[in-house]
Amino acid sequence: MSSDQDHLKETDTEARFEFKKEQKAAFVAEKGLTEETIRVISEDKDEPEWMLERRLRALKQYQKMPMPTDWPGQPDLSEVNVDEIVPYIRPDVEVRGGVDDWRDLPDDIKDTFDKLGIPEAEKNALSGVGAQYESEVVYQNMQERWEEKGVVFMNMDQAVQEHEDIVKEYFMTKCVPPSDNKFAALHGAIWSGGSFVYVPEDVTVEMPVQAYFRMNSEGMGQFEHTLIVAEKGSEVHYIEGCSAPKYSAFNLHSGGVEVFVGEDAHVQYSTVQNWSKNTYNLNTKRAIVEKGGRMEWISGSMGSKATMLYPASILKGRGASDNHITIAFAGEGQNIDTGAKVYHNAPETKSTIESKSISKDGGRTNYRGLVHIANGAKNSSTAVECDALMFDNESTSDTMPYMEINESTVDVAHEATVGKIGDEDIFYLQSRGLDDDDAKQMIVSGFIEPITEELPIEYAVELNRLVELEMEGSLG
Amino acid sequence: MATLEIKNLHARVAEEDGEQILRGVDLEVKSGEIHALMGPNGSGKSTTSKIIAGHPAYEVTDGEILLHLEDDDFGDLEIPDDARTWNLLELEPNERAALGIFLGFQYPAEIEGVTMTNFLRTALNAKIDEREELLFGEDDEEEEEEAGYDTSPMEGNVDDGEVGVAEFQKLLKEKMDLLDMDEKFMQRYLNAGFSGGEKKQNEVLQAAILEPSIAVLDEIDSGLDIDRLQDVSKGINALRDEQGTGILQITHYQRILEYVEPDHVHIMLDGKVVKSGDASLASDLEDKGYDWVREEVYEAA
Repeated sequence: MSSDQDHLKETDTEARFEFKKEQKAAFVAEKGLTEETIRVISEDKDEPEWMLERRLRALKQYQKMPMPTDWPGQPDLSEVNVDEIVPYIRPDVEVRGGVDDWRDLPDDIKDTFDKLGIPEAEKNALSGVGAQYESEVVYQNMQERWEEKGVVFMNMDQAVQEHEDIVKEYFMTKCVPPSDNKFAALHGAIWSGGSFVYVPEDVTVEMPVQAYFRMNSEGMGQFEHTLIVAEKGSEVHYIEGCSAPKYSAFNLHSGGVEVFVGEDAHVQYSTVQNWSKNTYNLNTKRAIVEKGGRMEWISGSMGSKATMLYPASILKGRGASDNHITIAFAGEGQNIDTGAKVYHNAPETKSTIESKSISKDGGRTNYRGLVHIANGAKNSSTAVECDALMFDNESTSDTMPYMEINESTVDVAHEATVGKIGDEDIFYLQSRGLDDDDAKQMIVSGFIEPITEELPIEYAVELNRLVELEMEGSLG
Repeated sequence: MATLEIKNLHARVAEEDGEQILRGVDLEVKSGEIHALMGPNGSGKSTTSKIIAGHPAYEVTDGEILLHLEDDDFGDLEIPDDARTWNLLELEPNERAALGIFLGFQYPAEIEGVTMTNFLRTALNAKIDEREELLFGEDDEEEEEEAGYDTSPMEGNVDDGEVGVAEFQKLLKEKMDLLDMDEKFMQRYLNAGFSGGEKKQNEVLQAAILEPSIAVLDEIDSGLDIDRLQDVSKGINALRDEQGTGILQITHYQRILEYVEPDHVHIMLDGKVVKSGDASLASDLEDKGYDWVREEVYEAA
């Protein structure tokens, strides 16, 4: 066992996410957002003119749009002042676009990802890994055998240069236009880093590819963009993980994800979000699914001060299907507002949404969802199930599952439960030898079990570990 | 040999103006003995059992519950002299469990999503850890969990605890055969969707796995058909005969006592044990009813 691994072993789970690194950067943008800032960033990235134009157009839209403030029960965003954040930090690494060997990274950055266990996971279970530090991807690698089959997995900035045609066609045009919402517009103006994944026709990428996003600096914003294009009959599983150490000033994460699921293709998009509790996590994620294609969104939201995230699938072709699995965990001071959106725009489309949320110590979780079945989407079906578990009377949970059904020959099922953890259940487990904390933890793991048993094993393990971490020391 | 000693126990519902339920319960149960505790509804039988296990809904206002341990109680484990007598009222429910107290519930909780295997192995290991800590004061911090994929959602952490998965499976199979339980139970969620009879059988199975010194069984016979009653009775007898567990069995009916013959029978009225005797007391009760006891007790007073 190498000394690196020994070091890993000694790091407890919490320290895996909480450590900080001194900020060393090659380029730091001025605080706030002006046309000038955007021009400087675009120039620093050596972008083509059309991308700069898109950024500037998005900026105008951002400036025109109001902050969302009137959603029932939504997180308080009054602290989110974009003029106070540093929108762009280029870390001090020699190779623009990321190295393909961890050893080529500066020690402090390498050490960060070692502690997070990324290189280890890459060896064991992944087809490829991308790692973003602050605003730029610093590491990117994929196994050769996938490259040989024409699979592309590179950082988004590089894709703008090397796959300009595809990016120009798909980037914030038909899936998530900047006009979608204020934070999508912000993202369109200031995006940096992220992943580009292209899977050619009939290629199945057997092991997942993973991207890891790390914010290290105080008061910064991270705005990575992920674009996945899965051609006809292809299959890929993309995993993203996120974390940051905690600072007193707020951080802003506003990612954009666009997925194009071709005919009979299958894309699974999994997120484990463990942002520090001073982070506002406001994302827009959307997929367009062609005939017979399948999109799966799996989201575990544990961290952040406030999250607003409603991954959407537009089922555009006949027989397209969607599966959403969402787990949210809100502790003290957290408001996790998540959900799902599905648009059934073609006949015989199918969606299932399962959401489980847990709130404790005054935390709040909301499920906010929309299922829209268009007129003419005959023989479509949807099943929505949302369950909420509260630990105490201080915690809150709301369920807002909207349905717009404009077609009569459809099958719609909806089920929701909200409950408090039962004292008799806890006593029963205690009487068998489990202490109070372990009893509660067992009840929570049982509560999310129907979901975790459907997850890929490596993802389920990570998620369970985070749930345990969230529960540790904060109970009783 | 362990002895559970209840002395002058008074208790009430733990809320403002909570009703006084126990008014001086005295009772002693030793390892290897079978006691039946009988009495009409509301006499305080179930409350007694819950207080022994440490249910937070009750407040003890007077009296004590002691557990005396001897060397043979935990196999080869030597028990330090200063750790032989315990005041249960000062201990958490899980600590009482660690020292060998088991409560079989009248209405066992249903825990969704937690398989029987995962639950029972976790409980067994928690019990062993806690017992060491109580007896020897060792705070055996478990080694830091290694990063890696060694957790199975169905069975819990593979390496976590004294009893590993393989060893546990073997133990479990043995006990289930004894109780004539189907192996399919092990992958089912704890009591979730179990029939009334299956739940009771499961309570006895848990006692068989956790090997308590003293098991308090609250109306284990209610809601059982005759076949299941025989299985459950066989299990209870095995607890006593093979593990030396002392049994305090709470029941309304003579019926189960035909299969699990008690060494001692106690009758509770109005929060006290008012009459004790041998097995014949239960048949007298069956013939004459509680009014007979009531008259006898209150006339004597």
